[in-house]
Amino acid sequence: MGEETFHVFLFHPPDGLLRIFLIEIVFCNCILWGKHEACCGRVHFKVFITLNNKKSKRELYSNICCLIFYYSSKLGMLLFFRSAGDGPDIYKGKICSLKARALLIDMEEGVVNEILQGPLRDVFDSKQLITDVSGSGNNWAVGYKVYGCQYRENIVEKLRKTAEHCDCLQCFFIIHSMGGGTGSGLGTFVLNLLEDEFPEVYRFVTSVYPSGEDDVITSPYNSVLAMKELNEHADCVLPIENESLFDIVNKIHHMVNSGKLGSTVKPNSLVTSSAGTTKKVQEKPFDAMNNIVANLLLNLTSSARFEGSLNMDLNEISMNLVPFPRLHYLVSSLTPLYTLADVNIPSRR
Amino acid sequence: MSIVAVQLGQCGNQIGQEVFNTICGDVRGTHGLCSKKENEAYHDACTERFFSEAESGVPVARAVLVDMEPKVISQTLSIAARSGHWKYNDQSHFCQKQGSGNNWANGYSVHGPRNKEVIMNLVRKEVEKCDRLSGFFTIMSMAGGTGSGLGAFVTQCLRDAFPTSFILNHVIWPYGTGEVIVQNYNSVLTLSHLYQSSDALLVHENDVIHKICAQLMHIKQISFRDVNQVIAHQLGSVFQPAHTAEASLHYSRNPLGDLMETLVPHPEFKMLGLRNIPQMPENSLAYSTFSWHGLLKHLRQMLIANAKMEEGIDWQVRPPCPGSSISSSHSTNKLLHFNTSIANLVILRGKDTHSVDLGSFRDPSLYTSWLNPQDAFNEWKTPRAFNKYEKSASLVSNSQFLLKPLDNVVGKAWNMFASKAYVHQYTKFGIEEEDFLDSFTALEQVISSYTNL
Repeated sequence: MGEETFHVFLFHPPDGLLRIFLIEIVFCNCILWGKHEACCGRVHFKVFITLNNKKSKRELYSNICCLIFYYSSKLGMLLFFRSAGDGPDIYKGKICSLKARALLIDMEEGVVNEILQGPLRDVFDSKQLITDVSGSGNNWAVGYKVYGCQYRENIVEKLRKTAEHCDCLQCFFIIHSMGGGTGSGLGTFVLNLLEDEFPEVYRFVTSVYPSGEDDVITSPYNSVLAMKELNEHADCVLPIENESLFDIVNKIHHMVNSGKLGSTVKPNSLVTSSAGTTKKVQEKPFDAMNNIVANLLLNLTSSARFEGSLNMDLNEISMNLVPFPRLHYLVSSLTPLYTLADVNIPSRR
Repeated sequence: MSIVAVQLGQCGNQIGQEVFNTICGDVRGTHGLCSKKENEAYHDACTERFFSEAESGVPVARAVLVDMEPKVISQTLSIAARSGHWKYNDQSHFCQKQGSGNNWANGYSVHGPRNKEVIMNLVRKEVEKCDRLSGFFTIMSMAGGTGSGLGAFVTQCLRDAFPTSFILNHVIWPYGTGEVIVQNYNSVLTLSHLYQSSDALLVHENDVIHKICAQLMHIKQISFRDVNQVIAHQLGSVFQPAHTAEASLHYSRNPLGDLMETLVPHPEFKMLGLRNIPQMPENSLAYSTFSWHGLLKHLRQMLIANAKMEEGIDWQVRPPCPGSSISSSHSTNKLLHFNTSIANLVILRGKDTHSVDLGSFRDPSLYTSWLNPQDAFNEWKTPRAFNKYEKSASLVSNSQFLLKPLDNVVGKAWNMFASKAYVHQYTKFGIEEEDFLDSFTALEQVISSYTNL
């Protein structure tokens, strides 16, 4: 998986408030059986959403926009996208008529609007967004009770529409943060909703936990309230901590720039790199960290997207790692963080 | 008479494809080392058993492919078609989209009943294509969800729908350090259910085949494909046509029936093991010669000492002397791990098979006391060499060889069950704790029967 990477971005809209972004991607094993023998060529896909201001690197946890776009076989592609339109799905390296099986929810519009103006505008359409104007103010109760009740029917309807496009719905993937208002509050409300509306479909949650040095004062309250919901209603939780991500990024940075072995590290193999970009943009502070999370989720789902001699699907991961219903928190690790370009250098064991 | 293969789950489909590949390659090969007439008879018998003719002239395998997710079946079908020498029927497969999630209960209680009609229809269609049905050969693994759970259900359905046909289940015993944490639960549930509906269980252990690949075939990076090819070679050496003792002029028409008749005299003892000798990498074949005497000596000791392959055999183990008292022979057995057999079948393929003496296998001390060696031992021969080996011998044996692995698996499953770990995943789909307990009881019964041979 060394060459194909993709970015995940954090958002810092100009008004300085931290926004929570919730994206929900609905998987589906929707396979066009028998007709599509040829594999599509590998297509890199980069999502670039420029950051608006230069907030300090210390606001690490808040916003995550995690978009998984990777396909090298038709089978794998249809897991995450659906074909909407008559023309070819990919033409000259650009996505023409693929729509992501995703729902983007945020109580503040700036972030979602930026996505719709960026290179991903064709992949999402307006029917997949739910936004409001004022935000949740880092308050779990506002996200859960106020916006939950207000948007309940809207969310259910949009979920049903997206689910109807799938031949066979396998699981829901929820990505949010725990420290803010929308992500944790409205996010756990949606989790509740999914359990009511689609009880047999697995719910995988990727949660970004606040680190010790975050500056949202109410993040402990938000996290604890959200954890209670996760305990009861999620099938599997993958916690991610901002501080560890930061450490990894620093380690790589140190390795690349240290001079001793730095020159021999393959630049495209970094877990944080952005190979094959569609346009040249400077690296922003959270790109690297989000890229690690994106790589993690990519590798987790790779067995479902590609054929192999021993396939391990997501529901198998859940089956094997969850011995008792409430003990469903999985710790994830990733290796290697980079590969060395010079084959004569002995590899680390 | 024809055998219909039912390939279940990822493991079943991958192995099934290798088996048909090996059989087809052997039949088409020019290393028969026998007369043309013999070769043609062999070819005809084999084709009747495993393939049916299609309009295009390419033989179509008599197989039904079943899996709960589509990737493996599509891969299997395309690899077979690409070979150009044989293929699967385009209609004889069934797959769903979502998989079984390594959950036996999901395969047995959910996918089984839901898809019973469709799967049995496919099987019926394959059966109708046969002139005479010898029986079913199902290939599955025990550790997963589809192969084990759905496989147990399908075996039951086959038994109900075809009560007079033979069913031979080929079961893959998972690695001891396998990748599926609940494999012991799945194995216990599968074995206890298969014991009721199947006629015989032919077992291949992943650990053993892995060792064969590493030590005998000298493969450095062992992939599942290598393992599957060794398994396919061993299965081919059993199922390819051979002359039985009664019908020495033409090939046996009833392979499964003959197998069951010789090896499963009592319904309590259904576990069969397979040993094949010699096994070596293909490029060493040209430089090796063997004598039947040497091969059979090794094979016999492999049986007695419960060795899995021809290297590392413990030559110290000897069968007990016939005159010794019961208690001392019992203790000697325990000390030296002597492998008592119920029944054995030796299959010889290649040059000079008519001159081979198999008297050493008729030794009464190898067998349990309640069966006469005359009935317990059988041999099949054919002068036609198999798969480029000038001489090869296979031993299918109903003996205590699987006792230790079975004990291991049941022990581990019981430990896990004592703390009720993972049980909620099974209860979710309708397998309650009583079902687990029933399975444990059934397997303990089997273990004690085999121990007291």
